[in-house]
Amino acid sequence: MIAWRAIAAATLLVTGPALLAGEIPPDARRSGYAFMGPDTRAMQDDDTANPGMLFVLDGEQLWKKKTGSADRGCADCHDDARTSMKGVAARYPAFDKALGRPVTLDQRINLCRANHQQATPLPDESRDLLALSAFVAHQSRGIPITAGDDPQLKPFVDQGRDLFMQREGQLNLACTNCHDDNFDKRLAGAPITQGQPTGYPLYRLEWQTLGSLERRLRSCMTGVRAQAYDYGSPELVALELYLMSRARGLPMETPAVRP
Amino acid sequence: CSASANELVPYTIVGDGIPASLTGSPSDATRGRALVLARTTTCILCHSGPFPETRFQGDLAPDLAGAGNRWSASQLRLRLVDASRFNPDTIMPSYYRNDGLVRVGRNFAGKPILSAAEIEDIVAFLATLRD
Ligand code: HEC
Ligand code: HEC
Ligand code: HEC
Repeated sequence: MIAWRAIAAATLLVTGPALLAGEIPPDARRSGYAFMGPDTRAMQDDDTANPGMLFVLDGEQLWKKKTGSADRGCADCHDDARTSMKGVAARYPAFDKALGRPVTLDQRINLCRANHQQATPLPDESRDLLALSAFVAHQSRGIPITAGDDPQLKPFVDQGRDLFMQREGQLNLACTNCHDDNFDKRLAGAPITQGQPTGYPLYRLEWQTLGSLERRLRSCMTGVRAQAYDYGSPELVALELYLMSRARGLPMETPAVRP
Repeated sequence: CSASANELVPYTIVGDGIPASLTGSPSDATRGRALVLARTTTCILCHSGPFPETRFQGDLAPDLAGAGNRWSASQLRLRLVDASRFNPDTIMPSYYRNDGLVRVGRNFAGKPILSAAEIEDIVAFLATLRD
């Protein structure tokens, strides 16, 4: 009986939430990597050519560096990131009990700075935050995404899905119009992908730098001439969470490279 | 005067079109072609057409070649003003509309995507697309 229940519970976990019409079934999910040309793929695949790896190396230094009035480094509490941070990014955004809501990996890093290092928060998109976040997420490279499985997150995943389906901006387009209904097509000649968030923070050739998932989402919103949500806003976190749950099972690629 | 810049000129839908020009003044197909190709007008994000000079064309929507055979000027005008009249689920934006939209960016709020004169120039150009 107990064994049977465990199997039933496991089955529930792997099937995940029911799909709405138009949503991409698990076996059809493809990372942005699958849409890229051979040169960009080669750049991502070769750590010596991947510009994102410079940020990962910076992050490794910051991991060890003592900072804040607590004069502690991340390593003083978390020790070797290769074991302590393995798989962590694959389940972020994660529910924070104290706050009662999901937090992104970047927010978690800044919470550790505030609560455990007594240091000031690192600004959004700052080099140090991207470097730390790239270093932590790199420890999950190859690990399948499971974010959103925690049942406490359900209302937030649902909120993110609603935002994904909502038409907005002067062009009146929803994320789903491009990333569910029209991937594999071309927008002004550029391939549209499924918008899977597998590689963040990632190096975009167009940006000439590493950028967060929130930066990407804000530029899609600006593209449809909508007022982009602020960094760290509940809406962006919910969208990020929905995107991660929508990518369930795809392996993490951080630091990915995209055109 | 600037206060009325965002106000839409009234138009009358007859059948599946808007037979009367939005401006009442002559339109310019050459300017219309340039507008269709301009990135900010957004048409070729989705459409392709007989535009050999650019490879930045989309394929989310039908090729515009021959649009002037398939549609009258009246139909083209309504299509641009409000494509959702033809297909309520269309992804093609309504180019002459300034309300009922969600979270429009600060710089665009209250304004239609195109002006009445721009719509007329584009209609004039599309009407010339005959194969
Ligand atoms: C003084 C101890 C301490 C320091 C220093 C510290 N952390 Fe943490 N960290 C924690 C604790 C404790 C938790 C569990 C959540 C909590 O209670 O804040 C945690 C949680 C985390 C998590 C989430 C792990 C999970 O499984 O969800 C990440 C990622 C993380 N820390 C990264 C960092 C980084 C990066 C730094 C340096 C910028 C850092 N931490 C500095 C104590 C620390
Ligand atoms: C008009 C089409 C369009 C709309 C609407 C749109 N996007 Fe995008 N999006 C793109 C294009 C084009 C790219 C760059 C190429 C790619 O990765 O698909 C992109 C990239 C992305 C990526 C990066 C994928 C990767 O591999 O790194 C994510 C994630 C994403 N979009 C999510 C969203 C979300 C969330 C929304 C709604 C808030 C949205 N998009 C709205 C066209 C769109
Ligand atoms: C976001 C995508 C998108 C944009 C931008 C867009 N369209 Fe469309 N358009 C479509 C789609 C999709 C259709 C197919 C019918 C439908 O869904 O309404 C269409 C249909 C048309 C048609 C009828 C096609 C035919 O011959 O059957 C014309 C003409 C047209 N569009 C012109 C334009 C012009 C001119 C612009 C720019 C001012 C424009 N469209 C911008 C998506 C778009």
